[in-house]
Amino acid sequence: MRLKSKYILWLALSTALALALIALACFAFWADLKDHERRALAGMLGSRAALLLMLALLPSLVIGGLLQLVLTAYPQAAVKLAEEVRLIYSVHPAHRVAATGAAEMRQLGAAVNELAQAHGALHQEVQARIEEANAHLAQEKNRLAALMSELVQSVLVCNTEGRILLYNARASRLLEQAGGADVPVGLGRSIFGILDRSPILHALGQLVHRLEQGKPQPVARFVTTRGGRLLRAQMAPVLDQHGGISGFVLLLEDITRTIEDTSRRDQLLQQLTEGSRAALANLRAAAETMQQYPDMDAPRRERFVAVVAEESRKLSRQLEDALAAQADAPRTSWLLEDMSAGDLLFALRRNLPSGPRIVTGGQDEDAPLWLSVNSYPMVQALSHLAGRLAATFGLEEVGLELEAAGRSIRLSLCWRGGALEAGLLHEWEGQSLSIGAVAGAASLKQVLDQHGAEMWFQAGAADGVQRLCLQLPAAQPEQPAAVPRARGGRPVFYDFDLFSQPGQSPELDDRPLTELAYTVFDTETTGLAPSDGDEIISIGAVRIVNGRLLEQEFFDRLVQPRTAVRRESQAVHGITPAMLAGQPFIEQVLPAFERFAEDTVLVAHNAAFDMRLLQLAQERTGVAFVQPVLDTLLLSALVHPGHADAEHRLEQIAARLGVQVIGRHTALGDAMVTGEVFLKLLPLLAEQGIRTLKQAREASQRTRYAKLEY
Amino acid sequence: MSNTVLIADDEPNIVISLEFLLEQDGYRVLVARDGHEALEAIERELPGLVLLDVMLPGLSGYDVCQRIRQNPAWAKVRVIMLTARGREVEVTKGLALGANAYVTKPFSTRELLDEVRRQLGGAAGSP
Repeated sequence: MRLKSKYILWLALSTALALALIALACFAFWADLKDHERRALAGMLGSRAALLLMLALLPSLVIGGLLQLVLTAYPQAAVKLAEEVRLIYSVHPAHRVAATGAAEMRQLGAAVNELAQAHGALHQEVQARIEEANAHLAQEKNRLAALMSELVQSVLVCNTEGRILLYNARASRLLEQAGGADVPVGLGRSIFGILDRSPILHALGQLVHRLEQGKPQPVARFVTTRGGRLLRAQMAPVLDQHGGISGFVLLLEDITRTIEDTSRRDQLLQQLTEGSRAALANLRAAAETMQQYPDMDAPRRERFVAVVAEESRKLSRQLEDALAAQADAPRTSWLLEDMSAGDLLFALRRNLPSGPRIVTGGQDEDAPLWLSVNSYPMVQALSHLAGRLAATFGLEEVGLELEAAGRSIRLSLCWRGGALEAGLLHEWEGQSLSIGAVAGAASLKQVLDQHGAEMWFQAGAADGVQRLCLQLPAAQPEQPAAVPRARGGRPVFYDFDLFSQPGQSPELDDRPLTELAYTVFDTETTGLAPSDGDEIISIGAVRIVNGRLLEQEFFDRLVQPRTAVRRESQAVHGITPAMLAGQPFIEQVLPAFERFAEDTVLVAHNAAFDMRLLQLAQERTGVAFVQPVLDTLLLSALVHPGHADAEHRLEQIAARLGVQVIGRHTALGDAMVTGEVFLKLLPLLAEQGIRTLKQAREASQRTRYAKLEY
Repeated sequence: MSNTVLIADDEPNIVISLEFLLEQDGYRVLVARDGHEALEAIERELPGLVLLDVMLPGLSGYDVCQRIRQNPAWAKVRVIMLTARGREVEVTKGLALGANAYVTKPFSTRELLDEVRRQLGGAAGSP
């Protein structure tokens, strides 16, 4: 447009100039003419006025054409070039400019294209490097996460403020078991809400002191309790580049059982030593007296004999009592690990590639048996026995039977053929298990003793099957960790960006929205009118820390209401009165939710409704939620003010922002969707200049939805 | 007086042996069943030696030993502590409280009698 008006302006100016020059020439010519010449000329021209006008316009046509050519060749080509260059560096790096205009302009275009080419190559290389670095980082992080999640130790990493940067599933399970309704483990949460503050600070002080003294690899240890469990903690520092402490690693171990076992053992030892001393002293004194005075009179001798009899009975009884309580306690249980019967069989078969085939009756597929064994020596021992049996009786296959027998498992090696002589079995017991070619390996007997196991031969009766029976300790299979997995990968148990993040303080208002920790929650209710007595029947929540939704740190509880669930609500959320019977009341659930939401900003969709419910419950529970609240409904209205009401429903917002909706109309499912929506809204809000909590709250207040009341 | 031995022990089955053996060796033997009885007997009879069990009902053997050493009139009374506890610290405690010897159960009767004789300066009662 501007170019066109410029063209018209230039054309007008140059035409006017040409006409002015012609007029000037004509005027000078006219002034020079004599009167008769003027008359003659006027007569000649007068009849040809139209032609003269045409001739006068001719220069402007010529100028116009020339101007057009110049404009096309230079300014127009330049403008187009500028637009296309912008296209290259903004949205479409692969675009190349078209060669138009004058030869010089075409040269310029070609130069621009070369530059674009070089820029593109550079850009691609940088991009590739970034992706490579990111992939590497992600891989390292995944490796760390994998390592952590497989570790059998409980590990927590915290920064010096005590915020949790990393924890593994084991730690979460250990602390959850021990904690009951206490604060759950979670990224960005304070360790001081989970474990006693003073021993941690004391240990940290010790670490600092030892570092100052220049001790290499300082470690501090302490014992603390959580929910009646005794935990032993080992603390090591995490050092920054300058050698200062930027955080610490905690290794936790539940030693309640160990302590119980140890003290039981101590008690037994004491019972056996000190308890026996007195009785032994009485016995010995009486015996020695009788020995020394063989000629004492009969009544006196009777009394001494009675003492000996009574004391020996007492001693026997004491021994029985003491050992009865301990008889079944496993020995050296730290050596033993849980192993399923299937795994044992697999290991056994692999260990005997050329030996006899191990066959099973295919029993107990449905109820797997678990043994508590030191697996390597046990597999060696069983292989040894199977090999001996095969060699002795010329067997090609040996049967294996497993059955539960009280607190033990009876494992039988079975065969059809000759009976096993006791002497031979004793001989085998003493042989060392040299299968792995390890000199000085343990003997079969030692392995059995280590397990507190017994072995005997049972001659075949009616079925003619000979059995070599081993009674092995059984194990209670451990429950697998009930940790939900994040979609598309391992659960997120770490966030090292938190190292440098200051703690959540009450002065949240000026902090960027992206840095805050949030609890995104949703409730399901008996109905839609809280003021008319409708109550919460389900609370679901997830946490957002450092701009990530932590799917495995969730809160999901059903609540038993005191009013009936309305039928229309039941149709929405599908929670029936039967599901709610026996669930805890709001008085039990809200304090737990309060601890879950501690130190965070609350986020909900149409938060006014949920907050009203919490507020109404406050009278009964005494729990007040005073932290700041953000509402995705209001935030969505801020971002898309032009949309109609119906388009600010959670599904519509989710669809608009590309959030996948799962588990809609369960409190937890809705909380997750709300959380993802919230995360997508943050950059859109930033575009409008809404970056801090204060700005978000104040802007929310201005939307028309902020006036809704429940 | 110096050949009087007080046995302070609540276990009749050890008392019977000790009483018999000491009597055979020519000592006059007194028996107390608990700490208070032991102190009364010392007050009354002032024995030359007390065989003192640590685990006495009422007043413990340690307490009795301490009382004996607090009374200057009883300074000459020898004390042999008998105990079913054999830990080092307990031996130390007994000796610190003024016991002359400490014997752990079970013991050899001959060695105990030798100890009694030694404590009483070889002045065993004549049979």
